Amino acid sequence: MTGSIVRPYGDTTGDGRVQVSFTLPVPFGTATERARAEGAAMQLATKMGLDPAMVVHAKGMGPDYTFFVVYGRATHLVDLSEVTVTEREFPLLSPAEVNLRIRTGLGRKLVVVGACIGTDAHTVGIDAILNVKGHSGEKGLEYYREIRVVNLGSQVAVPDLVARARAEGADAVLVSQVVTQRDAHITNAQEMSAAFDAAAGELGAPGRPLLVVGGPRFDPSMAADLGVDKIFGKATTPGEVASYLAYALAPTGDDGASADEESAPMAEGAAA
Amino acid sequence: MQTRLNLDPAVVREARELAARAGQPIVEMARTHTTVSVERAVLRLAGLQGADPDGMPWVNRLVDAVRESTGLEHGVALPAWDALLTGGHGDLGTLAEAAAQGKVKFRLPAGDDAAGARAAAGAALGRGIARIDANRAQRQQMIEETSEPRKPWIYLIVATGDIYEDIPQAQAAAREGADIIAVIRSTGQSLLDYVPEGATREGFAGTYATQENFRLMRAALDETSRELGRYVRLTNYASGLCMPEIASLAGLERLDMMLNDCMYGIIFRDINPRRTFIDQRFSRQIHARAGIIINTGEDNYLTTADAVDAAHTVVVSQLMNEFFGKEAGLADSQLGLGHAFEINPALPDSFLLELAHAQLVRELFPDAPLKYMPPTKHMTGNVFAGYLLDAFFNLCGVMTDQSILLIGMMTEGIHTPFLSDRDLALENVRYVRDAAGRLGESFVPAPGGFIEQRARQVLGESIELLRRINDESLLGAIADGTFGITRRPADGGRGLDGVIARADGYFNPASDILEGASQIGGAQ
Repeated sequence: MTGSIVRPYGDTTGDGRVQVSFTLPVPFGTATERARAEGAAMQLATKMGLDPAMVVHAKGMGPDYTFFVVYGRATHLVDLSEVTVTEREFPLLSPAEVNLRIRTGLGRKLVVVGACIGTDAHTVGIDAILNVKGHSGEKGLEYYREIRVVNLGSQVAVPDLVARARAEGADAVLVSQVVTQRDAHITNAQEMSAAFDAAAGELGAPGRPLLVVGGPRFDPSMAADLGVDKIFGKATTPGEVASYLAYALAPTGDDGASADEESAPMAEGAAA
Repeated sequence: MQTRLNLDPAVVREARELAARAGQPIVEMARTHTTVSVERAVLRLAGLQGADPDGMPWVNRLVDAVRESTGLEHGVALPAWDALLTGGHGDLGTLAEAAAQGKVKFRLPAGDDAAGARAAAGAALGRGIARIDANRAQRQQMIEETSEPRKPWIYLIVATGDIYEDIPQAQAAAREGADIIAVIRSTGQSLLDYVPEGATREGFAGTYATQENFRLMRAALDETSRELGRYVRLTNYASGLCMPEIASLAGLERLDMMLNDCMYGIIFRDINPRRTFIDQRFSRQIHARAGIIINTGEDNYLTTADAVDAAHTVVVSQLMNEFFGKEAGLADSQLGLGHAFEINPALPDSFLLELAHAQLVRELFPDAPLKYMPPTKHMTGNVFAGYLLDAFFNLCGVMTDQSILLIGMMTEGIHTPFLSDRDLALENVRYVRDAAGRLGESFVPAPGGFIEQRARQVLGESIELLRRINDESLLGAIADGTFGITRRPADGGRGLDGVIARADGYFNPASDILEGASQIGGAQ
């Protein structure tokens, strides 16, 4: 242990040197404007804790904006003993790792049934998670070779969802809710989980599938209140959902498994 | 242009013949079917605009009403214009309103009534298509007044969700050097079975494609084109469930380029294959008439599959897009076939492989305005390495004479580009274009060398795949997951319920004009 205080490293221990770039809405035309712009950048750098700071590059972008590159010595200290790490309960995996985990942990394709329930016709969320197209640069669950996706679309009635989930042998049911009028997203989710509980309680019925809901207005800590296994809030990516499903449904002692399937030929297909 | 790869013309010919054979049954299907969106496009071309108080467009209400009473096997035009002529409705708008209230009794007219309805519909569509023709002429005139930008054209994206924010961003991008502005659509618009109305200020990671948004942006870019003395093109997306309607709106509002792939919606959005191919043919007929350059989406395959292993699927898809495009009337100069720089940079010789692929596409389609897409898959968040990779992409683009370069952002995959990201990206491409723009004329791969061999290998694999597709049919190949990675059966996916087999006597006055069966003459 060499002490818990560190500073940024440029080329000498403790020099604190960093580089930042930013744009200010100031013109960079006349000599006066240029001097003012650089002064403005220096002021921001100083307030950001860079002292001394040096504007090494300034360039006007159109008539109203200037781009800066600034080097400086950060006056702040980093106390490693104060760094807190919030652990996600599941590891974030690449598509290849998700596939491998499902193959080894489950030994067959993982079946996901997705839908918007109630009167909600906003499929944008569920489609962003399920369609190959995906979002935020991540492919949707259809892209995963070991996941079979059944996307029921919008305005699916809860009894139909329960029946279809059973018919498809769903391991997980994903429900998206965007409309929140009169807390419809809450009551719809509760109705859905109750229906799955009731169906699972019937004699000889298979176990309840993993229930996952998502939508921009859900509070991720309310899973128990809604009777579901997991809630995903705003800005969830397909990779997070896939990682969670693999974690929850394909238990394995080996989270660090590596795989190189990214280069597998496309013709093999992801969905059965 | 001269060949640098010594491709065997007989092999190239065989590839085209195989693509044509694979595509022909699809063309037959498209000729014998229509869709709800094709019929709605007919009404849009005839000038029907607006929406009911819930925002559902009148074209949807009218087509649905006709479908319920007479069906659409004969097309929407005959029953609609018959009702218009015999029912005392002033125009299509009032007819749609009355139809939505269930107050219109549609029928399939016969004899003189049918002849009257056909003539009136033909005249209305003649006026609509004359407007598309006038827009095409006006584009040409604008280019003469300003100037044609030199190639490669620089293609930049705006995507704020708010058309009134998009406009100043697009104008700023044009001033900074963009030759083409693409307004990214709101996520999921391709899955809406209607086109939203009016100017829109809210979207998910993009701005809705609407007729009014098209008009506003084109007007703004006209202003900027005049200011810059350079014609700035406008691009949007004719894909998804409303492909024919969006193509029609693009023609009516003088958009210049449209994303319009033959298989993208099937693979990436799970839209029914039949629906897609039928809609695609009509939309391409419109694009052909409007002088719009289509952009195809082969780059997308390389975001899901490996760019080396799947290189031949890009070529096969390009050949299919070319066949379908030409069948629909598009000229070579309107075929903006797509491909991308997506090979893993950690792979040895990755840049040579990129050169081989890009040059192969250039030589297979010498007269097509190829659209070359920048790296996305291997942009890691290391913006410095990303900037270098984008420079290599630009270099490959100028060396292999690509026509349209979508400008890569070093912050790809991190956030919507900052103003400075875009400025740096333009600085990158300007440097490469100025420093190495004429390198292409000296770029001659060594005969029998690595690049030439790789290009031949990809062409050979393309022929093998085309043969396999011919063995089982294109729809069968799509169902088996040949493209992208996803299996899409011919009867699966969204929108199949909007596909209708044409009956004998099917009447589509727009198709009649577009296919040359009738002339516009006397319609104005």
